[in-house]
Amino acid sequence: MATETQDYPPISFETSPDRYKHWHLDIDGAIARLSLDVKEDQGLRPGYQLKLNSYDLGVDIELQDAIQRLRFEYPGVRCVIIGGASERIFCAGANIHMLGSSTHAFKVNFCKFTNETRLSIEDATQGSGQHYLAALNGPCAGGGYELALACSEIILVDDGNSAVSLPETPLLAVLPGTGGLTRLVDKRKVRRDLADVFCTTAEGVKGKRAVRWGLVDAIAPRSKFNDAVTERALKLAQSSPARSETGVELTPLDKTVEDDRIVYAHVAVDLDRGARTATLTVKAPDGPGPADADAIRGLGASWWPLAAFRELDDALCHLRINEHDIGLILIKTTGEIDNVLAVDRVLDEQRDDWFVNEVRLLIARTLRRLDLTAKSIFALVEPGSCFAGTLFELALAADRSYMLDDPDNPVEIAVSPLNGGAYAMSHGPSRLEVRFYAEPDRPGKILSGQQRYDPADAEDAGLMTVVADDIDYEDEVRLAIEERASISPDALTGMEASLRFPGAENCDSKIFGRLSAWQNWIFQRPNAVGESGALTLYGQPERPEFDYRRT
Amino acid sequence: MQLFEKIPNNVNLSQNRRLQRALERWQPNYIKWWKDAGPADFQADDIYLRTAISVDSKGWANFDYVKMPDYKWGIFLAEPEQDRRIPCGDDYGKPAWQEVPGEFRNHLRRIIVTQGDTEPASVEQQRLLCACAPSMYDCRNLFQVNVEEGRHLWAMVYLLHAHFGRDGREEAEELLERRSGDFDKPRILTTFNEPIDDWLSFFMFTMFTDRDGKYQLLALAESGFDPLSRTTRFMLTEEAHHMFVGETGVGRVVKRACELMKEDPNEDARAQGGIDLDTIQRYINFWYSSSLDLFGGEISSNAADYFASGLKGRAHEAKKFDDHLAMEGVYNMEILEDEQLVTKEVPLRNAMNEILRDAYVDDNERGVARWNKIIKEAGIDYTLSLPNRRFNRKMGLHAGRHFDLAGNPITEEQFNAMRNEWLPGDADKAYIKNLMKPVLERGKMAQWLAAPARGINHKPIDFEYIRRT
Repeated sequence: MATETQDYPPISFETSPDRYKHWHLDIDGAIARLSLDVKEDQGLRPGYQLKLNSYDLGVDIELQDAIQRLRFEYPGVRCVIIGGASERIFCAGANIHMLGSSTHAFKVNFCKFTNETRLSIEDATQGSGQHYLAALNGPCAGGGYELALACSEIILVDDGNSAVSLPETPLLAVLPGTGGLTRLVDKRKVRRDLADVFCTTAEGVKGKRAVRWGLVDAIAPRSKFNDAVTERALKLAQSSPARSETGVELTPLDKTVEDDRIVYAHVAVDLDRGARTATLTVKAPDGPGPADADAIRGLGASWWPLAAFRELDDALCHLRINEHDIGLILIKTTGEIDNVLAVDRVLDEQRDDWFVNEVRLLIARTLRRLDLTAKSIFALVEPGSCFAGTLFELALAADRSYMLDDPDNPVEIAVSPLNGGAYAMSHGPSRLEVRFYAEPDRPGKILSGQQRYDPADAEDAGLMTVVADDIDYEDEVRLAIEERASISPDALTGMEASLRFPGAENCDSKIFGRLSAWQNWIFQRPNAVGESGALTLYGQPERPEFDYRRT
Repeated sequence: MQLFEKIPNNVNLSQNRRLQRALERWQPNYIKWWKDAGPADFQADDIYLRTAISVDSKGWANFDYVKMPDYKWGIFLAEPEQDRRIPCGDDYGKPAWQEVPGEFRNHLRRIIVTQGDTEPASVEQQRLLCACAPSMYDCRNLFQVNVEEGRHLWAMVYLLHAHFGRDGREEAEELLERRSGDFDKPRILTTFNEPIDDWLSFFMFTMFTDRDGKYQLLALAESGFDPLSRTTRFMLTEEAHHMFVGETGVGRVVKRACELMKEDPNEDARAQGGIDLDTIQRYINFWYSSSLDLFGGEISSNAADYFASGLKGRAHEAKKFDDHLAMEGVYNMEILEDEQLVTKEVPLRNAMNEILRDAYVDDNERGVARWNKIIKEAGIDYTLSLPNRRFNRKMGLHAGRHFDLAGNPITEEQFNAMRNEWLPGDADKAYIKNLMKPVLERGKMAQWLAAPARGINHKPIDFEYIRRT
């Protein structure tokens, strides 16, 4: 069983193709090939070997980077083939020894990140017309098959031996927690009794039966495999509209890390580890910026909304994985509301431009990462802030929002058309719709009404949790923070995850809300991680012993 | 005994209509496979073969002429032991399973399919050898080995049909669909996809690779799943003949090399049309090292699992070991770490593959000693030897690294510089291939091969083992 403190250097989420250790990225016109070639001895931490193309967080950080870059830097790519570089295996899934030696918090965040990465594959297909084709050239187990499930189509080699499998439950007493169970029945619509048989058969299903059950879309013999993959990839590519051939490079982030501070160009994180809080400040652009799409593309990765939200995304990943003691994120903004609204106008009016569209989608993904962060979030709306339009989403994402009402230091918030669904939550609706789940008409009224809200209007409109005057504000906020920091983090995580997503579920939200929650429970149970648990004893001489009582 | 049935057996097949029907349905496919993928010639000829008609000492070795496609491939399990107990693992001492325990169904099926797959594979690998047999005696031995590998396939297919339901039947079909060396449907284990097209390799295969089979069978004979144990125990009696073919075959090549060396002014066996001892040594180095790979990873969680579950024991588990739980204790293994060989303690259960490999290595040493005795008796100063087990490995801990014959770590450059000294090179292969000419006159042997000490079943060496029609 792992100890609960892990003293490893902070994990960086930034990488680029020239630094990939585990993936090869090759572009050939409209087709890209992303080949998994895991270097056994290049795991993120010592203590495990990444055998059989199994992965750890380092492998997935590279995958996430590749998916993101393909969207921005290679918009001409319309189909990405994901395959294994080795003849013998596609991917054996998440490395079990890595999981076995990780803290609970790390495991949970590892799974969350990998889940978000797989969702970003589906998001690239839906939003950017980049299809993913899983070319399974060998056995494909656990997380390897879950990666395939995130693709538009799956082709499996038919060599009498290669099977797809989800052996987690029978072999390790845990779940295929990277969306596997959910995508099987919700996305691929595999009949649930067949899925039951499949998920309890450790060796998996191969060949014609895999096609018949809907586990893969096609099989091909080894001699025709590459041709079949290419043919399918070309068809998928043709089914997507052509986009620009010239991309926008995602340059390295402008980032300075100090012990209790991370400063980016537009985002800053200030850590108060004693109070278990982090203050996350997003700066508005200095001016309205260009309005024309060519000029925007000229700015590339330094265009404010792209730069700011890439930084925010990086900061969130950092807080989740490297700062487990931080329980509460205080979100602040600074700058001119007018400038934010000017950018929002461009984001709205130029949305048919591929690049502007990509930026909108990236903002949406980052906001969803915020929604799914297992830390409390308070938005503090104070003088000099600019919670407007896109940045107002940060306040809408927060568990609570506090606004100062001081006539000497006037504060405003503002809405823009982008609050009307440009940045859908993972279960589908906009944050405004979720906020007013009881009053479906309200979001429309708000969006068509006044743009700016002073504290009194904001309170009337239900856009803030607490509006306090200058006498009360400081104490109100201090007490709220201290009180929050005193409550059990486990209970808060469960409570927040339950309250943040009113409304119907979809496949994505089931992955985070149902599958992950069960997985995280199982990850704590003796049958998996106790002394005689299956995950603990994997690779050991003893066999697991289960407590067979059902809860 | 149900000898006159379509499928001879000692498992009361006629009492089990469902199983009988299933096997009778599989049988034509098997015959079709035999004709397609079995020996490329001699299928219509009468071969003097041994057929098992029962498992007792009289019945398992009945000799007569038979056309191979008419061979009576039967299902024979060793007689049940009274009150047999699970011989190892966590359930040690409990009554042996007569039915598959649900918990281990998939593991057992995998073990049986992997074992079963090697049986037809070797027949396929050897199918062209009959065209260049070095004697009628040897050709007959080849066919004996082939039909018995076929029977071993039957043995595994019986288990699949009898105990694994529809999945088992599908696996049984697939055992006939895969083909050695086929790009699209290869046999499961890599080694079994290489053709064996010369007789020196065939002798090496039966010596070294079939001996892996013997040790796998010995380990499965210790299975807590009684039908598997009984099946493999009977297979072992047949397997002994295959090893006999290998060991005496190589021995006869060695003997002939010595004879020819003496005849030649420069002690050059090749100059006299023989196979020189250096070449034999290189073939030993290759076949021994590639057969070592078949035992699986040195440190293996699967092996630990199989042992812990009582599915697979160690060779002679009851006789040779006292502690059948193997929970305590470690195995000291030499492993290359940072270019240094270090000794690492591995939990005993995780080292089960290596423990089986140890027994195999010892067994081979005895065979090599017998070859060296032949050389010594010929008055020649030469010693054949087995390379270190780390040498030339493609699987497991030592794969991807380079060692000399003594197991010392060396660089890739050093290895490549010595490759043709240590392993058969193209020139060796071309030379051996050139020697492969059929010799089928009664009693006659190819120039490079000494006659055997005696014939089959007390028959003379020049007996007509094959009657061509």
